[in-house]
Amino acid sequence: MHNKTLAELAQGLKRREFSSRELTQHFLERIRRHDRRLNAFITVTPERALADAEAADAALARGEAGPLTGIPLAQKDIFCTDGIRTTCGSRMLDNFPPPYDATVVARLAEAGTVLLGKLNMDEFAMGSSNETSYYGPVRNPWNTDCVPGGSSGGSAAAVAAGLTPAATGTDTGGSIRQPAAFCGITGLKPTYGRVSRWGMVAFASSLDQGGPMARSAEDCALLLQAMAGFDPKDSTSVDRPVPDYGAVLNRELKGVRIGLPKEYFADLDPAMAQVLEAAMAEYRRLGVEFKEVSLPNIGLSVPAYYVIAPSECSSNLARYDGVRYGYRCRDPRDLEDLYLRTRAEGFGAEVKRRILIGTYALSAGYYDAYYLKAQKIRRLIADDFRRAFQEVDALLGPTTPTPAFRLGEKTGDPIAMYLSDIYTIAVNLAGLPGMSVPAGFIDGRPVGMQLIGDYFAEDRLLNIAHRYQRETDWHRRLPPDFA
Amino acid sequence: MSLTLEQVKQIAYLARIGIDDEDAGRYTHDLSSILEFVAQMNTVDTETIEPMAHPLDLPQRLRPDEVTEENQREKFLAVAPAVENGLYLVPKVIE
Repeated sequence: MHNKTLAELAQGLKRREFSSRELTQHFLERIRRHDRRLNAFITVTPERALADAEAADAALARGEAGPLTGIPLAQKDIFCTDGIRTTCGSRMLDNFPPPYDATVVARLAEAGTVLLGKLNMDEFAMGSSNETSYYGPVRNPWNTDCVPGGSSGGSAAAVAAGLTPAATGTDTGGSIRQPAAFCGITGLKPTYGRVSRWGMVAFASSLDQGGPMARSAEDCALLLQAMAGFDPKDSTSVDRPVPDYGAVLNRELKGVRIGLPKEYFADLDPAMAQVLEAAMAEYRRLGVEFKEVSLPNIGLSVPAYYVIAPSECSSNLARYDGVRYGYRCRDPRDLEDLYLRTRAEGFGAEVKRRILIGTYALSAGYYDAYYLKAQKIRRLIADDFRRAFQEVDALLGPTTPTPAFRLGEKTGDPIAMYLSDIYTIAVNLAGLPGMSVPAGFIDGRPVGMQLIGDYFAEDRLLNIAHRYQRETDWHRRLPPDFA
Repeated sequence: MSLTLEQVKQIAYLARIGIDDEDAGRYTHDLSSILEFVAQMNTVDTETIEPMAHPLDLPQRLRPDEVTEENQREKFLAVAPAVENGLYLVPKVIE
């Protein structure tokens, strides 16, 4: 059952080939058996899962099932779950059971899904390898010496290894797409404002966006349908109707124009270039026309990001003061000692690094040189994309420079780690939707093709990805040790 | 852009993160190399460019000034590290 897509599982449930309870038990058993090697879950919620499954089976029996009723899934541990601890991968929130559900959690529960548990991640979503988690690194199911990517590394590894049919992720600079690529699954970062951020622990509020991670584009469409939509509780949520993503999934691609940003191909690894060539050949057979485009300022996206994201992080994480919730140091001498030691002991090294960079960039006398400068570059990058989308319907490029790297390979060099997101970060700065789709293997490790769409064109992106997945089977492969 | 040890200690204090000398040395190195990296931004002239604060350039939405949240004081206090008589407890601030 763990190699089936959500659509196939939903059909099995409706035809009574298995119950939601059986399906749930199957995945709980797989987590119990296999997660020791992966460390993808921080918290498993078997009682909650079985209760959800029972409710789903009752709805199915009454004939009231929706497309996701009875489908088990797991939440990245950044989404607040009422009464279930939500750690965000940090010691700071190790003991935090939120008093409410995130909107994404509530919507997926209303859709009848079953909650299997909470997934490991880089601390406060700051990392590209899942090595900054307080709960230890996650391993890549295709090669357990390698990282799964990050920050949604637990989500990607759990889906790839068949420990859950689908998961949620969040993407601030590539945190859905990069781990999806490294683990050979499909991930979608929606347009900024498409999915509510309410109850999603904040890292960089002008960049953060939640989205689905699953086996296929079709599965991502099913999940996004339930996750997307206006939420008055999120002041940056966009009040705009959600299209029927399934309706356009199979549309023909004849005459569709896809742009190839020349900056994405200039210094590309030859093996990665070969993978993308093969994908493009597939698309040409489907009638797609390719056109070279230019994003001249894209080279500045990583530098601008490492001013904007840490700046927003430093203000967002100011709330962790050891007073209202979360970790508090032992026996504080006075209030200042309480703040200093709580934050010294509660945060890990990468989170502190980013808070310090952000504090500096926002401090008096440096604001114009760093934060304001970065926000101006952000506009240049967004304008580059805007010009490109006047000529083409979508963009295609690599998701990452290389396949998954080894654990420990980049932990000593923050900038080398930051550069592993070189192809994904610009999409967040512009606020555009982007996907990673499995497109092949390099040395036995999966790699992804990135598709970037215009604002709110998730339907078109999913359509382009789905038509490719109808012709290829990269997304159907399972890591041999977990098959 | 290179930071001094003293600057890093001051930044850490502004951020209320306690650091010892060993940490400060490591952060001085890391932060200096990150600042050097982001200095690439200076290769482009942005004099006339309007900064972009929000990806969709939308104004902040307003809502009617009405009470929409119910009082969940007990629930919120239940997750605090230390409370007494419905209040958050911190070390004594005023002598």
